[in-house]
Amino acid sequence: MAVKKIRGLSLQVIPFAELRVLSISERVKKILGLVLGNKIVIIHGRLRAEEEARLIEDTMAMVDHIKGFKGIELAVIEPNMKDESIFIRMKHGIAKSLVGDSSALTVIGPASIIKEIKKDPKKIELLLK
Amino acid sequence: MIRILKNFARRMLNAIFKRRGHIKIGFYGPPNAGKTSIANKICKDWTGEEIGVVSKVPHETRHVQFKEKVDIKYKGKSLTFKIVDTPGIATKIDYEDFVELGLKKKDAKKRAKEATQGVIESIQWLEDMDAVVVVLDSTENPYTQVNITIIGNLVARKIPILIVANKTDLKKSDMKAIETAFPEYDIVGISAKEGLNFDEFYEAIFKIAKKV
Repeated sequence: MAVKKIRGLSLQVIPFAELRVLSISERVKKILGLVLGNKIVIIHGRLRAEEEARLIEDTMAMVDHIKGFKGIELAVIEPNMKDESIFIRMKHGIAKSLVGDSSALTVIGPASIIKEIKKDPKKIELLLK
Repeated sequence: MIRILKNFARRMLNAIFKRRGHIKIGFYGPPNAGKTSIANKICKDWTGEEIGVVSKVPHETRHVQFKEKVDIKYKGKSLTFKIVDTPGIATKIDYEDFVELGLKKKDAKKRAKEATQGVIESIQWLEDMDAVVVVLDSTENPYTQVNITIIGNLVARKIPILIVANKTDLKKSDMKAIETAFPEYDIVGISAKEGLNFDEFYEAIFKIAKKV
C-alpha cells in the first residue's frame, strides 16, 4: 500500500547571530511564522527561558485563532558537559555568557506534522533547502 | 523601566504580606500531573473545602483558581498561604485528543479553546507567585521541554521552587528519573490520591516559605 507522504515539509536552520539582533517579540514572530509555513525550525543556540514562555503564550493564542494549527513541538539538544574537565566547562560557561548559548540546538516544529511523523516516519519527504 | 518598577512593587508587597505570614504559592506543571488533586488535598486538610474539580481528561482546570487564607500548621508553627492552582502548561492542544477520550466534538472544541486561554493565564500569573510547587507525574518522562521551561522561568524570576513527584502509589512511578533530571532541587514524592507522604510535603512547603 502506498504511503501518503507529507509533502513540502522543509527544515529551516537559523544561526544564533540572526536572532541575536531581534527583540523577543520579533524572535517569536519569526519562529512562529516559519512553523506556520510547515517548516521545522532548527536554531543554532537556545532561547532564554522567558522567550520559551513567550513562544508558548503566542503559540496558544495562534491555536485559538488559526484553523488547523494545533501548536508546536519544542526540544533543546545540549552537549553533555558533565564528563568534561573544569577548564572546558569554565571555557564553555564564559563563551555562553559572552555570546549566548550557541552550543545547543533548538528544534521547533508544527505539532500536527510531528504527530504524523511519530505515527509513521516513512511519511516524511524532506525538501532540504 | 516598567519591569524594574513592577519588581520593586512586587518586593514591597511581598515584604508586607510576608510580615503578615501570607504567602502566595502556585501549583504549576504539565496537564494531568495532579496539581488540582494536591491543591484539593491541602485545602481540604486545612479549610475543609476543595479548590476545584479533577478529571482524567487533560485540561480540566482551564482558569486559575485560588483559595485565600489557608492556615497550614506544622510542628507547632503556622503559616498562611494563598493557594493558587493553575491550568496545565502545554505547547500543543488538539481537540481530537479530547474526542478520543470520549468527549463530543462540540465539547472537545470548546475545551480546547478554553485550554489555550488557560495556558496563557498560567504563564501570565507566574511572576505574581512568591513560591511555586512544580507538580510532575512520576509515571511520565520528566525530560520534557515544558518542565524545563517552567523551571527555567522560575529560576530567572528568582522564585523559590519545590518539585513534587505525584502518583507515587502507581507501579510505573519512577522517583529516581525525576531526581536525576533535576538534581539541584528539593523533590518530594507524594500521592495526592492516596494522601501519601504529606508530612514530608508540608515540611518542604515550610522550607521554601523561608526562602520567600
